[in-house]
Amino acid sequence: MKQTIRTLLAKHGNLPVAIESVADGADLYDAGLSSFASVQVMLALEEEFDIEFPEHLLNRKSFSSVDEIEAALSEILEDQAA
Amino acid sequence: MTAASKITAMGLTERAKQAAKVAAEFADKVDIEARFPSEGMDALKAERLMGVMIRPEQGGEGASLTEVADICAILGQACAATAMTYAMHQIQIASLSDYAVGSVWHETFLKRICDEQLLIGSATSEAGIGGNLRNSLCAIEVDGETVRLTKDATVISYGADADAIMVTSRRHPDAAHSDQVATIFLKDQYTLEQTSVWDTLGMRGTCSDGYIFKGEAPAEQILPRPFAEIAAQSMLAVSHLLWGSLWYGIAADAVARAQSFVKAAARKSPGQVPPGALRLAEASSLLQLVKANVVAGLKQFAACKGDSDALNAMSFSVAMNNVKIGTSQTILTIINHCMLICGIAGYKNGTPFSLGRHLRDAHSAQLMISNDRILGNTSTMLLVNKQDTSLLG
Repeated sequence: MKQTIRTLLAKHGNLPVAIESVADGADLYDAGLSSFASVQVMLALEEEFDIEFPEHLLNRKSFSSVDEIEAALSEILEDQAA
Repeated sequence: MTAASKITAMGLTERAKQAAKVAAEFADKVDIEARFPSEGMDALKAERLMGVMIRPEQGGEGASLTEVADICAILGQACAATAMTYAMHQIQIASLSDYAVGSVWHETFLKRICDEQLLIGSATSEAGIGGNLRNSLCAIEVDGETVRLTKDATVISYGADADAIMVTSRRHPDAAHSDQVATIFLKDQYTLEQTSVWDTLGMRGTCSDGYIFKGEAPAEQILPRPFAEIAAQSMLAVSHLLWGSLWYGIAADAVARAQSFVKAAARKSPGQVPPGALRLAEASSLLQLVKANVVAGLKQFAACKGDSDALNAMSFSVAMNNVKIGTSQTILTIINHCMLICGIAGYKNGTPFSLGRHLRDAHSAQLMISNDRILGNTSTMLLVNKQDTSLLG
């Protein structure tokens, strides 16, 4: 899942640095992720995984790192499976 | 009882009204001369209103943002330049008192703000990045215990009259543009070389000249939290709410002038409804919309305060953006209505019904963080965020 997240970040994140140089736990906003780009990545993830981000995950924290995005996705996918 | 404690024993509203009386007296002069509203600001200091939002243990009064918003609305009815200077100062205070907790230097500085009634400015805009608060070109250089910073600041409101300035920059020379910190520089720690003159349509007294800022200070004066967090959780919301409050004040004073015009006409010809009466009713309804918008925003902020998840939520940003858009657009419609009601007496300067200053000051509202930028930002969020359709929630 991390690889998919990284692929979509590379495609839609519009980061000034290469996504490979950003660690899983590193802050994506510090790395240059704009709020506009974070929404584009979110839309791409929704399309990729056929999900919808619920209200409580629509905040800066859910998108602050690759790890956080993975945690948010896992939560949504688990809720869907349940 | 000391002189200071005698003053703080009175209510905030009462003290704000005292200061507003002074500010109103000089509002036209400040506007014509495009000079710092020193009389109004001195009156605010005399009423000990500069540090009210700071916690009591640091010398403040622990006032809420809602209470400070009320002060801004009172000042907005008197002199928009005084109100805006006060509001911008309070935006820095909100950031400092909430995002420098535990930092000894900043906590001591907060105490000084209260004791000495200091005025804090900010330098966020920079040549080459447009008005985007969340981007910096300049980078702070840390040299052991000392930091140095040079910034080509296109706008530093009341820069020449501030006692300290909070300056944003990149965290270090290799940091991304959005990886920012904010640093407090005291007046004797920087120089300002003026690069542009604030000769504008309105809000002339904020003296938002451009400067090359050069500062050197101890490294401990950098705020401990990343600027991204301060901007997202405090600065944007507090700006929209305090600006919205003073814009409400400008419109409220315009409506009051229009109402006295209609009243005077009604007294002259009893039995007849003056021609402006219907428009006044419309203006009153629009003014209530602005008021409700600001008050609902303040209520939402109070409910979220201290909860970083709630302050970071997209729905919160959408709501705060909407406060800004709604108030800044509607006050222009309201003041234009008032101008139609008062006619030439409103158009002309120096009458009890003059509205030129109000209209010119109000035109800045759509531009201070451009409404187009904000609408763009909201429209992005609405791609994923569902609009809250509840009435009370």
